Formats: sequence, C-alpha cells, structure tokens
Amino acid sequence: MSRWEALHDLMSNWSAAAGMAIIAAILVVALAGPLLTPHDPLMPAPLQRLQGPSSAHPFGTDSLGRDILSRVIGGARISILIGVISVTISLLPGTLLGLLAGYFGRWIDSLIMRCMDMLLAFPAILLAIFITAVLEPNLTNTMIAVGIVYIPHYARIVRASVLSLKQQLFVQAVGHLGGGHVRILLRHVLPNCIPPIIVYATLGMGTAVLQAAALGFLGLGAQPPSPEWGAMLSEGRQYIQIAPHVAAFPGAAILLLVLGFNLFGDGLRDVLDPSLRSQ
Amino acid sequence: MRKFLIFLAVTVCLAPLSALAAGPTQGGTLIWGRGGDSVNLDLAQATDGESIKAGVQMLENLVIFEKDSMNVVPQLAESWTVSDDGLTWTFKLRKGVKFHDGEPFNAQAVYDSFARVIDPNHPFHQYGKWVYLSLSLGPVKEIKIVDDYTVALVTEKPYAPLLNNLALWLCPILSPRAMAEYKDQIGQHPVGTGPFKFSKWVKDDQIIMERNPDYWGDKAKVDQIILKSIPESSSRLMALQSGAVDIADDLDPDSIRLVEANDQLAVIKRPSVNVGYLAINTEKPWLKDARVRRAIAHAIDKETLIASIFQGLAVPAKNPFPPSIWSYNDAIQPYAYDPAKAKKLLEEAGFDFSRELELWAMPVSRAYMPEPVKTAELIQAYLAAAGVKSKIVRMDWGTYLKKTSNGEHDLCMLGWLGGNADPDNFLYGLLSADTAKTPGAANVALWKNAEFTKLCLQAQRTFDKAERTELYLKAQEIFHQEQPWVPLAHSTIVRCYNKRLHDVPLRPNGLNSFQMVWKDK
Amino acid sequence: MPLGYIAKRLLQLVAILFGVSVVVFLMLRMIPGDPAQLLLGEFANPEELARLRTQLGLDRSLPLQYGIYLQNLLQGDLGNSIRTNTPVAVEIWGRLLATLELSLAAMFISTVVGVSAGVVSAVRPHSAWDYGAMFMALVGVSMPIFWLGLMLIYLFAVKYPVLPMMGRLPMGLEVPAVTGLVMVDALIAGRFGVLWEASRHLLLPALTLATIPMAVVARITRSAMLEVLSKDYVRTARAKGLSEAVVILRHALRNAFLPVVTVLGLNLGLLLGGAVLTETIFSWPGLGRYVVDSLMGRDYAAVQGCILVFAAMMAAINLVVDLIYVLLDPRIRVNE
Repeated sequence: MSRWEALHDLMSNWSAAAGMAIIAAILVVALAGPLLTPHDPLMPAPLQRLQGPSSAHPFGTDSLGRDILSRVIGGARISILIGVISVTISLLPGTLLGLLAGYFGRWIDSLIMRCMDMLLAFPAILLAIFITAVLEPNLTNTMIAVGIVYIPHYARIVRASVLSLKQQLFVQAVGHLGGGHVRILLRHVLPNCIPPIIVYATLGMGTAVLQAAALGFLGLGAQPPSPEWGAMLSEGRQYIQIAPHVAAFPGAAILLLVLGFNLFGDGLRDVLDPSLRSQ
Repeated sequence: MRKFLIFLAVTVCLAPLSALAAGPTQGGTLIWGRGGDSVNLDLAQATDGESIKAGVQMLENLVIFEKDSMNVVPQLAESWTVSDDGLTWTFKLRKGVKFHDGEPFNAQAVYDSFARVIDPNHPFHQYGKWVYLSLSLGPVKEIKIVDDYTVALVTEKPYAPLLNNLALWLCPILSPRAMAEYKDQIGQHPVGTGPFKFSKWVKDDQIIMERNPDYWGDKAKVDQIILKSIPESSSRLMALQSGAVDIADDLDPDSIRLVEANDQLAVIKRPSVNVGYLAINTEKPWLKDARVRRAIAHAIDKETLIASIFQGLAVPAKNPFPPSIWSYNDAIQPYAYDPAKAKKLLEEAGFDFSRELELWAMPVSRAYMPEPVKTAELIQAYLAAAGVKSKIVRMDWGTYLKKTSNGEHDLCMLGWLGGNADPDNFLYGLLSADTAKTPGAANVALWKNAEFTKLCLQAQRTFDKAERTELYLKAQEIFHQEQPWVPLAHSTIVRCYNKRLHDVPLRPNGLNSFQMVWKDK
Repeated sequence: MPLGYIAKRLLQLVAILFGVSVVVFLMLRMIPGDPAQLLLGEFANPEELARLRTQLGLDRSLPLQYGIYLQNLLQGDLGNSIRTNTPVAVEIWGRLLATLELSLAAMFISTVVGVSAGVVSAVRPHSAWDYGAMFMALVGVSMPIFWLGLMLIYLFAVKYPVLPMMGRLPMGLEVPAVTGLVMVDALIAGRFGVLWEASRHLLLPALTLATIPMAVVARITRSAMLEVLSKDYVRTARAKGLSEAVVILRHALRNAFLPVVTVLGLNLGLLLGGAVLTETIFSWPGLGRYVVDSLMGRDYAAVQGCILVFAAMMAAINLVVDLIYVLLDPRIRVNE
C-alpha cells in the first residue's frame, strides 16, 4: 500500500477524518492561544468572580474573576503537551522492553514480564497518584507518572507482535543467515511492530490526557495558576451549586480532545491494521 | 359554644406563636454535619478538631472556659487554691458525679486520668500517645490524692497558665474502669461525665451520642446528637439547605453567603483570635532589606482579598494579633495598597526584579486561611503588578511545616490561633529571636530583632498589665517598621445552623458543649 | 482442570504480592512528608514531634520496619492505622464492602446496557442505530468521569433535585448489617423503603462509574457478535429456519461471550481505579477514597493494606478470567 493510498483511506474513514479535524482544531487553538484569548488567562479580577457566561466572558469567570474561555484556550497547549510527552515516556521503554522480552524469550522474558505484571497489579490511577506523590506534584511529574503507568501496555503489545513475527519465516531466515541481534531487531522486527504501536499510541494520548486531568482534579497535577483543565474542573467542584459553568467548560474540553484522539485512533486502526479491529 | 369556637380559632392561630414563646423543649435529634470523621475521642490524645468538638460533648475537665468567652470557671472541680510559692494547685472536687458507666467520680479518677499522661510507670501510660504536653500537663511533676474529693497538682516551677491548660480540651477526666477495660481503644469508647454519652461510631460516617439522663448539672435538651461526616463543602451546604442536617461546619465563604440569604437558616459570627499571614524569610539576602518587605506589604490589596476570597468574613490585619486581644496597637497606620509606591521602594532598595520569588501556599485550609491556594494566586498577581515575579510552590502539609520551620522558602503563608488569648503567644512565640532557630523555628520569617525580643522577654517578667501593654505596643511598632510578615487577615468564625435549633453557642475557639441547645418539635 | 497450572499461577500470585508489598513499602517511605508532623500540625513543638515519632516506630531503620511489617503480615495482621489507631484490616473491610456494592451495581449496569447495545448494533450493522450507539460508546470511553459525575450532580441534585447527591442512605436511616451491602441487607430485612432509598443513592455514582466499562463492553460485544454472525454454524441455524431471536441469543451470543468475559474481568480493574474518582465526588465511604486519604495523611499501614487488597483482587480476577477462558474454550492451551 503506497503512502498516498493510506492517506486516502484515512481521509475516507469518517472516524479518522473527524478525529483529525478535532485534533487539528485544538492544535490550532493551542498554538495560536495567546492571539485568540480575549483576556489574560492568569490575570485575576477578584471583584468579578464567578460570573455566569456573558458576551464579555462567553464561558463566564472563575473564583478569582479570570476569564474561563481564555483559560480553557490556555489549557489546550498543556493538555496536548501532556498527551504527547506522556505517551513518549511510556512508548520508548515499553517498546524496548517488549522487543527484548519477545525476542530473547526465556528468563529475560520472564523477568521483564513479571515486573510489568507488578506494575499492572495497581489500578492505573493509584499508581499514578503514588508516583506523583513520590516525585512531588507538578506538571512534569504528572507526565512522568502517567508515562510510567502505561509502560507495561506497550511492552505487552510489542512483545505479542514480536512473538508472532518470530514464527514467520523471514525473521528465522535472517537469523540463520547470521545477522546480529541488534540488526535483526532494528531492521526486521521493529518496523513490523510499528502499526500496532502507532494505533495504540494515538489511543494512549487520549488515556494520558484523561489520567493527567484526573490527577489535576485530585490536586496532584499542574500547579496554580496554570490553567490545566483537570485542576480547573477541581476548582469548579466547590462551586457546582452557585456557578456550575466553572466545572462545565474545562470538562467539556477534556472530553472533546480525548474524543478526538479516540476517533482518530479508531480510524487509524481500521486503516493500518484491520486485524486489530476486534480489540 | 360560639365562644368556645372563637377560643379554639384563636388558639389554633396562636399555636405557632406560642410554640415560639414557649421555652426550651426537650427531645429530638440534633444532626451535625462536618467535614471529616473524628480520630480519637480520648481528648488527652486528640490532635484534630473533629475529635475535639465531638469529645467535649462527652468528657469534662476540672475547669472550663465560660460559655462564650475565655474566662476560666469550675466544671468538675468546685474550687481551687494555689499555694503561696505558686507550686501547688489544690482542687476541691464536685461530689455525687457519676461516669457514664456508673463509676463514681473522685480523686482517684482525676489521678488516673492525669498520671497516665505524665507518669511512664502508670499502668495506663502505655495505652496512649500523649501529645501537646506543653499545652497540657507537661509542667506538672506530681499529682497527690489529698482525700477522696481533693487533688493537688505540683509543678516544677511557678506556672500561671496551668489553669488555662486544664480548661483546654487536653485534660479530660475519664472513668478509670473504662480506661482499664478498653486500654489503647479508650479513644474509640470514651467514658466521661458529660451531658452526652457515647453510643455508637460508624467510621467515616457518623458518631451517635445519647443524652445523659444522670448528668450532674443542667441535663441536655436534645435526646441525641448525630455527628455526620460529609467531606464536601458543597454537600454539607446542600444537606443544611434541605434540612438533612441541623448544623453544618466549615462551609466555604461562598456557601456561607447562601446560608445568610436563606430565611430558614441562621449564621452566628464571632471574631476569632487568629491571624493569617504571609511570612517573609528575612534570612534570604534579597529579602533582608526592610524596604523590600514594606514594598511587599504595599503591593497586596488586603481589602479586595477579604472582599473576594474571604467573602467579607474577616478583618484586614495590620498587627500580628487581632483587635480582640488586649494591647492591640490601633495607632499603627497600615501600609496602603499602592503598587507604584511598592515598585519605587523596591527600586530604592536595589531589588533584583529578574529574581523569581518562591511563594509557598499552604496545602490545607484553616479558619485563618480558608482558601490558601486562591489567596496565593491573588498575591502572586499583586506581586506581579509591582514588578515582582513569583512562583507558587505547593507540597504536602507535613513537608510544608518542616521546610518552612527550616527557612527554605522566600515567602510562605501560615497562621496562628492564639489559644490562651495572650499577646505573648503571638509576639514571643512567633516573632522573637528565641523562636527563630532552625530547624523547628516557629518564627518562620527567621526574624531576629534584638530590641523586639527584649521587649517580649521584659513583658514576660512583668506582672502589671498596664506595663506589659506599653511594652507590647512598642513591640508592634517595631514589627510594623520591619514587617517580617505581611499580616493578612483575622478571620471571623462562623456557625451555620437551621433556625429550628435554639440557644446555639459559639466560643471564639469554636468549641462548645451543646447541652443547652434545643430543637423545635 | 489442570491443577498444576492453577498451583503455578497461585505461586506467581504470591510472588507478585510479595513484590508489591516491598515496592509499596519503599515508595511510601520515599514520599516526602512526616506522618508525625502531619498528625500534630502547626501547633506542635520539636520535642513533641520527636516523642510521637518514637511512639510510632518511625525512628527505626527501614529494614527493621519492613521486617516487623512482614512478620505481622504473615500472621495476618495488617497493622494499625497511624491516624485512627484502629486495625487497618477492620477499616478496610467496611470500606471494601461499600466499594464492592458500588462496583457490582456499576458492573451490572455496564453489562446489561453494554451487551444489549452491542448485540443490537451487530444485528443491524451500519444502521443509524449502530452508528449512534457506537458513537456514544466512543464518547463513553473518552469521558472524564469526574466531570460526568459533577454534571450529573448538577442536573439531578441541584437543578432538578430528584436524586440525592451523596452518601449511601438518608441521614438517620439504617438497616442491620448482615452482608454490609446496604441493598442486600435491606432485602434481607424486608425493608423496601430502605431498598428504594439505597438504590436512589446508588444510581448516580453507579452510572458514573459504569460509563467507561459500559462503552468498552458495547464495542467488544459488537465486534465479537459480528465475527460470530458470519460463521457457518450461525448460517446453518438460520437456514434451519430458527427464529432470529433464537439464533442470536442461543447460538451467536453464547459464542461471542468469550471476549466479553475477558473484558468484564479486566473491567473490574477499571472499576477499582474509577472508584477512586467516583467515591471522591459522591462522598461514597469506599476503599478508593480511603486509600487516597490515607496516602495524603501518610498513613503507611493503611495504604500498604489497601494496595495489597487491590493487588490481590486484581490478580485473583485475572486468574479467574483465565480459568473461565480455559473452561469456555478448551482449544486454548494452558501453558500460554
């Protein structure tokens, strides 16, 4: 399948197209942020606090009188960054561990996979809470924590693809021809693992954004006055009775971005790897 | 007949009024919503407010503060005398008092309740963790049973505040039989002499107390108190509005505004004896210059801070302690909010505007600082308006206290509740050079001013109140000039309740027995 | 049933739990924050702190602390909570039941709704219903449930106050605890008023917690059903003239159940994680909130106990799922 065909397939897959459109829109907002924000997202105006949506403040103001629309726009950059960086953090070691475990098998496999099992023995959010608490709560550490939590998932997926590849003739053939392990891994095994990794990473960005927002919601994520969506939502919880808009908009933004990643990831899966469709 | 009908009609019409006019009625259940569960109802071991406010309903001391002031009056002791050398305190105990388990209250019970705290050889000593000794029986070295109803406490040195210590929650008298029976679980089954007795505890949910029908004094009006844990402030508000609870504690300022607007609900407010402040680390070279610290004071708009985040439930602070405490220096002119002037002062002092100050925000809310993070965010914006860059730093409460007392911050938020309402508690305790020694400094500004400290020490040795007042007035002037803290606010303490309750009390420290509270049928 | 396989898996489980206990123990001590300082707050002086640290055994060396912990653990003693001084096992048990009640309700909702939505979608693929249901399922898996919970509270407890916003029962109402599951206890006691109230309290949190698993189940059921429906035996059944309902329920759904069971099992893990957030929002007195509170309070014994319980449950569920798998599909070889 040529590159153009793949792209064409992707665009004709409505799910992928819709996902891409959502992500692109949020990306534009994130990049152009400061140009779009009607107010300074960090500037308090305490005497105009908790105002409902109006023409001056379409999303209303928060408990310090800051413009929520501007803060939601400011938070877009943070959330996208969280998605990309945390996935990178889980992807790289996860892939490496999966490759090693699957390729070498035996005790290496057992050692790696039992360690992964141990990480998986924790509910994800709890493990993330734990790691953030150890590292001290802030945005960087949130990304690290969410990244670490999902390492086992990538390791498992990559290991599974390596195992199925190992059965295939061409890898065995290369092995018999005397190729070095590193060469075989990088030249022959890794490239064939890439489609499932891409699919999983796209879906993983959505999960990462959700987890990071949950940490922010529990007060362990980005620190004030940063307009991180989860933290904004957490503040809104206190005002659910008198000012529900404070929680409503950042939450809707999280939902939209995660939905974008999931739509795109679903579409990507259909195109890149039809065999994964049932997962 | 007609007359009778008229009479009936009038009676029916007046019935609600007469119910109002009729005095306290007995019976009913008081449901009290609060933010968290108690931990340990043996108040000699309690460290948290939720344990203390529940425990004081059931346990009593030798002496107690008056209903709504901080004057000490008798409780289980009928009278007391101090020896001429100031070392021996002799208490005459009330007779005919029984514990909830039927045991008689006497000198032995006082002995066991006190000796377990200070005497490592007492059989009950191992059953507990005895905290805050300095605030309770720490200064006592010996407890003597003079006769069945007379107890003497002997201190190492003359120690005048002992009576105040005994009136705090930390020195309750419990049934010796119960202490022997429950051992280290006595805090889960408190047995005292109070107007309510412990009935049931469902962890993280509710504590139920029943009226003590054999109480020695005025018996409680309500039959039962249920203390309900409702962690979310918004849920507590809703429970109060719907009538599911009669009292809701620790509502945030925005919720209190809604309670005030509701004609079914009532709010009592009292000026508290606390202060919330922003301490400036005077050991940091860039904060050493008093002009920089005065500039920070000029940069912060306390009025707006209080109008918005505190919702008006505080008064702006200019001194380290609140106006309700004697010797408050009202002649001091507060630093006016003036960002331009702040900037000018900083420039004069040669402040490096490229430096980013660390602004430490408390991770927990307290009566003196109900919204610490929002307060920090607002202060950060005020500092920025004066050209000072700052970064908000947060960490867990334990680490926060340890590191601030080690002087690791630039600016940190903290506060103080002056339990015994003495200026010394604030000035010497929080600002003298003696308490500025790291680690473990209570003076987190690490401010070591010789003259200020001298005034405080001199006042401690002076017994004449007028003289002490003079000394403290002077000390406050030095504080104002040097501004090691920016005092922010003295918050108002508040009790929100349903109007079907009557005679709801509120002490400045927020701890009250609810024995006189009654509820409409 | 291969007993050797089960024994091997149980042994692995014990090894993992041991590993988890070490990791949790060490991680907890790496978290900055001194429990004694937290307990005593801002009004304690350094001597009082030092005394409390000694009493709590915090001044001992780490290996010694772990040794004591492990020794007690092997005797079935999870230790006492630092904050409440009650045995951790007691504290955990009551909360575990609350979490279990919530999780079971959520699991019920997610299975019933998820499976039916998935089946209907698969029977009418590419219909408006199918697209609608699958889009909703995608929204479901993308849902920040803490936000959903708040919005449900706003809608059904604030704006249109038809449901309670927190707790398990109205104040003052209780039933004698037999099982610890309020709804079951109400049934046992025959108190239908309490049952009604309990289910009203359970509805919003269970719905919130069920959202993500419901969506996952719907998606899996649909794809599993689609695959099965294209199989020969289904065509044969149809050809035999069996009614469509019988074909779908008797032949297709039964065979599509395998992947669904796996997902249901894994969902329990999702539910336990989701419980942390859901319980926080709805003030549900469960284990999820307890473990977070204990962590914030540096209550080492409590956190260690909770994590062990969580890990044991997850591992046990995985084992059960694998065994069901083997039972349902003998073709799967047991040695992986």
